[in-house]
Amino acid sequence: MKTAADTFDVMKIREDFPILHREVHRKPLVYLDNAATTQKPRQVIDAVSAYYSEINSNIHRGVHYLSEKATHAYEEARKTVQHFINAPSPEEIIFVRGTTEGINLVASSYGRQNIGEGDEIIVSAMEHHSNIVPWQMLCEEKKAKLCVIPINDEGEIIFEEFEKMLGKRTKLIAVTHVSNAIGTVNEIKKITAMAQQAGVPVLVDGAQAVPHLKTDVQNLGCDFYVFSGHKIYGPTGIGVLYGRRKLLERMPPWQGGGDMILSVTFDKTVFNALPYKFEAGTPHIAGATGLAAALDYVSRTGLEKISGHEQQLLSYATEKLLLLKGLRIIGTAKHKAAVVSFVIEGIHPHDIGTLADREGVAIRTGHHCAQPVMERFHVPATSRASFAFYNTTGEIDVLVSALEKIIHLFS
Amino acid sequence: MSEASELYQQVILDHNKNPRNYGDLPSHTHSSEGYNPLCGDHYHVYLIMDGDTIKDIHFAGTGCAISKASASVMTTLLKGKTRAQAEDLFKQFHDLVTSPVEQTPDEDALGKLAVFAGVREYPSRVKCASLAWHTMKAAVDKNGQAVSTE
Ligand SMILES: Cc1ncc(COP(=O)(O)O)c(C=O)c1O
Repeated sequence: MKTAADTFDVMKIREDFPILHREVHRKPLVYLDNAATTQKPRQVIDAVSAYYSEINSNIHRGVHYLSEKATHAYEEARKTVQHFINAPSPEEIIFVRGTTEGINLVASSYGRQNIGEGDEIIVSAMEHHSNIVPWQMLCEEKKAKLCVIPINDEGEIIFEEFEKMLGKRTKLIAVTHVSNAIGTVNEIKKITAMAQQAGVPVLVDGAQAVPHLKTDVQNLGCDFYVFSGHKIYGPTGIGVLYGRRKLLERMPPWQGGGDMILSVTFDKTVFNALPYKFEAGTPHIAGATGLAAALDYVSRTGLEKISGHEQQLLSYATEKLLLLKGLRIIGTAKHKAAVVSFVIEGIHPHDIGTLADREGVAIRTGHHCAQPVMERFHVPATSRASFAFYNTTGEIDVLVSALEKIIHLFS
Repeated sequence: MSEASELYQQVILDHNKNPRNYGDLPSHTHSSEGYNPLCGDHYHVYLIMDGDTIKDIHFAGTGCAISKASASVMTTLLKGKTRAQAEDLFKQFHDLVTSPVEQTPDEDALGKLAVFAGVREYPSRVKCASLAWHTMKAAVDKNGQAVSTE
């Protein structure tokens, strides 16, 4: 029987990514830092370049030809996003700078409006700092309380603890779909089902999920879903906030300016409808068109094939890495995305990162903007290899042999 | 790993594995704590000062090989030196790790410090190499106050 991965031609995909053919320190680049940001296919680079060389103009303002073209491209991009995550309507797609900005938007607008003294916001112990700090700031301002769902030794949410926490005072749950630090894929449907019973909205940080898993916000049952373009082969500086229309409509704008208003006098300003109410100022039009090109690329390739290939890389890497002396993997959840965080006894992650770099291998070392996760596993930092659909088992071999050399050097 | 070994020279690997003057100095007169929040490097530097002279110096803590070796080498250089001499060595070290890569370091003048010339190629690691020195200076100048690289 043919599996999805059999029909997946990774070499053909690599041809589309110009940067994968460059060298670093006179060695072929092995890019394994995809959780930080992904590389861009020619199709995305071309879309951005075509936008600037052919239709660059401001949107929703001019009646001239270019402005209409640019407006059309921008709004088509919104629809591409809508279909990609199966949102009910394009008005529920708000373009932002990235995940961080999307979460801050919800914290400033929904949060300030709906969270008060003594209320509780629940996050998990595996959140990225961008899904912790905005809520901490809000809690401080409103004298509300931030509650943290603990995770077990494998790096999975402890649902019994979550259930205990969920109560009358809970006003919002903000959790990541996939952990950037340890790769855990969270059971979002289980969380939203419990939250719904308690009548609490759920924000999902999808930064690490959309590039790897087929995402359907209606099926997930979440109220807000946020992700960054640059982590799914699109440009930096563009991201998406999906929100349920009912919630978005009731939320106040968070930034004031052009595009977000219907009319302005010094007595009264009338805010624009969704999604423009939340898009003050000239947006990243080129970024939106680039993001749409990226999502088209992923859709054409097929997320099932992508995740099939990435899961193969994950098991191959896990198996090979565990053969190395003194290596321990942090994060061993049953359901993981293609992220391997590890420590090697007696060698600091930063030394590993610097030495691997000399072999052309780009991995991330440090706390991965998730210091509470490092604390949970009692390590100051880890090294992290994170894979994308253009990575190969051959590249994992290069990583492993670089690590062998490093272990030898330090022995 | 030929190029990388320019940074990870045997001296550095050795000091990392067998750090000199490591551990608390119970009768210390001066101390400080240095922290690099970006990578979690965290050290204490303890000194026994006799007037202006460093009678003894120890360090303790955890971090990468570069930060640990630098702390270790520093303690071996500073024992018995005066405050002014220590500051002068710190300046030499600082000038070395922040000098342009093309510039050939004066190995004779630098002595043991010369092994850290390789750090110049890795701007992100200069802070690792400098942490112990900053901590030492804080201990001497502002006894008891912590320093941070950020
Ligand atoms: C899980 C997770 N959430 C949020 C972010 C923040 O994304 P951005 O920096 O694009 O706003 C990241 C990126 O590192 C992430 O991995």
